[in-house]
Amino acid sequence: MARFMSWFDKPATDTQITHGSRLWLYALAVVLFAFLVLPTLIVIPMSFSESQYLEFPPRHLSLRWYEAYFHSRSWMQATATSFKAATLTVLVATPLGTVAAYGLYNAELAIARLVSLVLIMPIVIPVILVGTAIFYAYVKLRIVNSLIGVVLAHSILAVPIVIMIVTSALKSFDMNQERVARSLGASRLEAFFMVVMPQIKFAILTAAVLSFLTSFDEVIVSLFVSGGDNSTLTRIMFAALRDQIDPTIAAISTMMVVVTSLLLGLSQIFGRRAKR
Amino acid sequence: MSTPTAPATISLSDDHAAALSRDRLIERWVMLSLAAPAFAVVFVCLIVPVGWLFYLSFFTDSGAATLINYRHLIEQPSYVRIFWTTFKVSALTTAICAVLGYPLAYFMSQLPTRAANLCMIAVLLPFWTSLLVRTYAWLVLLQRTGLINHWGMQLGLWSEPLPLVNNLTGTLIGMVHIMLPFIVLPLYGNMRSIDRSLLQAAANLGASPVQSFWRIFLPLSVPGLTAGALVVFILCLGFYVTPEVLGGGRVTMVSSRIATDIDTFLNWGSASALGAVLLVLTFLLLWIASRLAKNLSLIGAGH
Repeated sequence: MARFMSWFDKPATDTQITHGSRLWLYALAVVLFAFLVLPTLIVIPMSFSESQYLEFPPRHLSLRWYEAYFHSRSWMQATATSFKAATLTVLVATPLGTVAAYGLYNAELAIARLVSLVLIMPIVIPVILVGTAIFYAYVKLRIVNSLIGVVLAHSILAVPIVIMIVTSALKSFDMNQERVARSLGASRLEAFFMVVMPQIKFAILTAAVLSFLTSFDEVIVSLFVSGGDNSTLTRIMFAALRDQIDPTIAAISTMMVVVTSLLLGLSQIFGRRAKR
Repeated sequence: MSTPTAPATISLSDDHAAALSRDRLIERWVMLSLAAPAFAVVFVCLIVPVGWLFYLSFFTDSGAATLINYRHLIEQPSYVRIFWTTFKVSALTTAICAVLGYPLAYFMSQLPTRAANLCMIAVLLPFWTSLLVRTYAWLVLLQRTGLINHWGMQLGLWSEPLPLVNNLTGTLIGMVHIMLPFIVLPLYGNMRSIDRSLLQAAANLGASPVQSFWRIFLPLSVPGLTAGALVVFILCLGFYVTPEVLGGGRVTMVSSRIATDIDTFLNWGSASALGAVLLVLTFLLLWIASRLAKNLSLIGAGH
């Protein structure tokens, strides 16, 4: 206890303020961390509750909301759509973004900056406008409510993220290595795949994971461009949220948190291995 | 970074030099063309339609040129109210985020790097959890029979269930939760880079901890605070999901109105005029933010 008390009187910073007189700061920080983290986590135990009224802690455990989810045709179809759209978005956005990032990084032309500026617009323009604009284009192209439309829209949102991640990886890569490979007889394509790519593969993997999540979690653009049999999970969830508090959504939320953490966790593990 | 040039000892004829520089130029254009597929998709599906919407906002449904869509925005009370709500919600969210985010970033900046990185995970965790999941969580927690009301009444803090959701309060709680990391990150980066010896010097010269905070630390952290606050404010202007779900129809922001104009009324003219105002406002603020960031980093303490 005495040792603990003396911690109160110990200086905490260079300005000689003591830990004791800063307790309010520590308390506030704890409350804020709880505010940031707990709301998302608390849904997980709640999803196992037996009751309609989402108790915490749940008095009786049950899987009924998971059953409701897995037995509902519309939820299952929406889940399938979301997984398909997210996977296809990864397959479209990652190569498009990676190639664009590499090209723009090496182009050294004034016009390249203008092209880059256009390519980050999807995350600068307010999402509601992105949704409106893409919807308007799709009406003309007749691809509203199609899977291909959802994938294209989500790819537009994911490409800037891929470009940012890959560009920052290229900045820490020594381009002279590529020049050496080429002067030793490799073509530019060979040099890219054999020298550049292995060294930025972690960035590409991260970009792929974030593309997946961008599509999987996207709400607003999906509200405009997905529908009918091709409604995304987020679209159905959003509609359900506005009507009533359906406990099935707690089960779905838990699933989404698990998918997100798994993907981010795996990419971290692979990343660490790649760095070694 | 330039394409390797031949060693100076080999003398090149003018023809060779011209050929080399032509090759270099060709290669640059080839490189630029790699961005063409991504550019084409974004340009065709986003930039052109945004431009087209802009154009639409200056015409009536029958195709006559007009400013009526913009006059409505100024004259119709419902639109004026929406702009006021959007501004109010964004400003309040920004203010709350600044007041809460500043001490949090300060706390983290004082920790050893390892502990601070751990805290960073807690700050970034909500970043990558689905927006809908978080909104749903708040809906569950804040409702009349929700956990917060339940616990609050059990502890005797209040006796009647408080209306915490389906109103401005719920919207603000949800938005602060989403926006807090956006202000903590730039603030934390800024505070980490503040030279500690300046504070030691202040203490050495007789400043009390409170004085050295207000007169040394705070002014040096203003760039991070401004940058973070502007980002939060800009992002808030375009919010849709949170006010729709947690506002329960009582908080109508610009985005909600654009969506209903299109969904329910197919009123492209007024939706695109609203969109144009939102877009111009966003770009204007971004421009101010980038100017401020430049100026402040020039003033900022020598780094």
